[in-house]
Amino acid sequence: MDLAQVPNIAMQKKKLKINKRKTQDYVTIIIFLLPAFVLFMVFIVYPIIRSSYFSFFTWNGLNPAKDFVGMKNFQQILTDKIFMKAVENGLLIVALSLCVQLPLSLVLAILVGRDLPGRGFFRAIFFMPYVLSEVITAIIWLGLLNPDPDRGFINSLLILIPGIKPVIFLGDMKIVMASIFVVLTWKYFGLHMLLYLAGLQNIPHEIEEAALIDGANQWQMVRHVTIPLLATTIRTTVYLSVLGALTQFNLIWIMTKGGPVNASESMATYMYRYGFIRFWFGYGSAVALVMLLICLVFSLIYQRLNRAPDYLGGV
Amino acid sequence: MAAIGYRKADLFKKRLPRFFQYLVLSIVVLIVVFPIIILVFGALKTRGEMYSRPYTLPNPAHWENLTKILTQPDMGFWVMMKNSLIVMVWSTLGVLIVCSLAAFVFARMNFKGKDLAFNLLTLGLMFPITVAILPVYLVIRQMHLQNTLTAVILVQTAFAISGNIMILRGFFSSIPMELQDAASIDGCSTFDFYWRVLLPLARPALSAVAALTMIISWNDLLTPLVLIDKQQFWTLPFGTMQFQGQYGTDLNMVAAFVALSALPAIIFYMFAERQIVSGLTAGALKG
Repeated sequence: MDLAQVPNIAMQKKKLKINKRKTQDYVTIIIFLLPAFVLFMVFIVYPIIRSSYFSFFTWNGLNPAKDFVGMKNFQQILTDKIFMKAVENGLLIVALSLCVQLPLSLVLAILVGRDLPGRGFFRAIFFMPYVLSEVITAIIWLGLLNPDPDRGFINSLLILIPGIKPVIFLGDMKIVMASIFVVLTWKYFGLHMLLYLAGLQNIPHEIEEAALIDGANQWQMVRHVTIPLLATTIRTTVYLSVLGALTQFNLIWIMTKGGPVNASESMATYMYRYGFIRFWFGYGSAVALVMLLICLVFSLIYQRLNRAPDYLGGV
Repeated sequence: MAAIGYRKADLFKKRLPRFFQYLVLSIVVLIVVFPIIILVFGALKTRGEMYSRPYTLPNPAHWENLTKILTQPDMGFWVMMKNSLIVMVWSTLGVLIVCSLAAFVFARMNFKGKDLAFNLLTLGLMFPITVAILPVYLVIRQMHLQNTLTAVILVQTAFAISGNIMILRGFFSSIPMELQDAASIDGCSTFDFYWRVLLPLARPALSAVAALTMIISWNDLLTPLVLIDKQQFWTLPFGTMQFQGQYGTDLNMVAAFVALSALPAIIFYMFAERQIVSGLTAGALKG
């Protein structure tokens, strides 16, 4: 209250306007929200609605879209073996991320823990690949995975083991996805580890100590105390890595262009190929919508499963 | 006896796991760092050395690759750097202004339909930009904005809205309501409160958002790839990809170019690690 007694002419002038506050507030709200809404509507909502319209046409983007084909684009997408391969690859990366990448990140986070001397060093190093762009990551790994042992570091190590021949990491249809997954893990495990570390920071040390005093061994403590308490963080990382895996583009495009023979196609490279290389904009729009739908369905299921979704108002 | 028994227990309970911990973590450090070291080695070699002994220390170090990229204008490095900087600065400013205004409303004011508006604006969290890039391209083309950095800036900003509004709303909500009441009694207008009280108090949150937006904008490939084809507007990731395509067989030049284009991100990371980390954790733990 004593703040109010500070003589200040400007403030006193404003006091007179206090009756007008209600209408002023509405004006403020509108002005403050306007930029966000305009950007959101013009560059996200409107494009998607417009493309939904184009997805019913065969359209090369040059002339006005007149060639209405109904659901034909969608039919073609869903019966195209290459698109199905892309979906399968997406699900494969999802599965590998959930079964390998996230557990690995969690183990590393627990190893680094809360008070290991050198914690900051390990965190900084492990997180570094996340800061490098996917372009840089892809080019670095293109070199490392080179099938020629004189060029590719990994093969030069492998041939030191007797009886092992150089592996064609990115040219073999059977292992190309596994190779890409290794690169994805190298780049992104640090991000997940970082999130787990932040989550660990919020678990009171006493709870874990209590479990140990009660006779739990280290593993039981991690299994029954630490992991359940990290549930929110784990759910978040699951969400991030599923959406990331389903829409992966940059790494795959630079490393394999979806090849060999579409073996590493992702939904995003498929869309890019039809949209931006063949200029089938109607068909590309339909692919984009299918991808969007898959993401939305996943997000809605995720929200259902987390009854109070952490990111919609649950602060 | 008791003392020795205690020590033994100590060895098995504390020292051994510690040793094991450091061993595993050190191996992972090597796996993370090795690719980067090999890249740097490659950048400092001649083409011949790159083929004859690709993984050894560059001895003597050849700085020619780097100077060539930095001094020959047709390599385009500085133009790309400039474009990336322009895009990054404007996108970050855009995100800070647009998102802090909206987050302020959601954290501090009440109106009918607030939840609806918030849910709408955060809908963007449900899908990444990759999904919508083709629709966005078609709209940018309709607006005749292809081949402009403005288009890249606008699109990057638009797709950063959802996440950052959420992060900032969280921070803004944690600033005590009494402060706003006091300011209001003193006749402080809503805008004054936002500008003079809230923003200065939220500086750590704003710098976290800024650091994260800068990284994402700096590394973005897809937006420029789709919206731009004129070489004079290439950004660094886009240009690096093109350089790799063009000079693919000059492995030493590619390594040098990639190393140079990684450098700004690494330097930035060294200075802003704390902000990047807090931006990410704040965003992820709520989103």
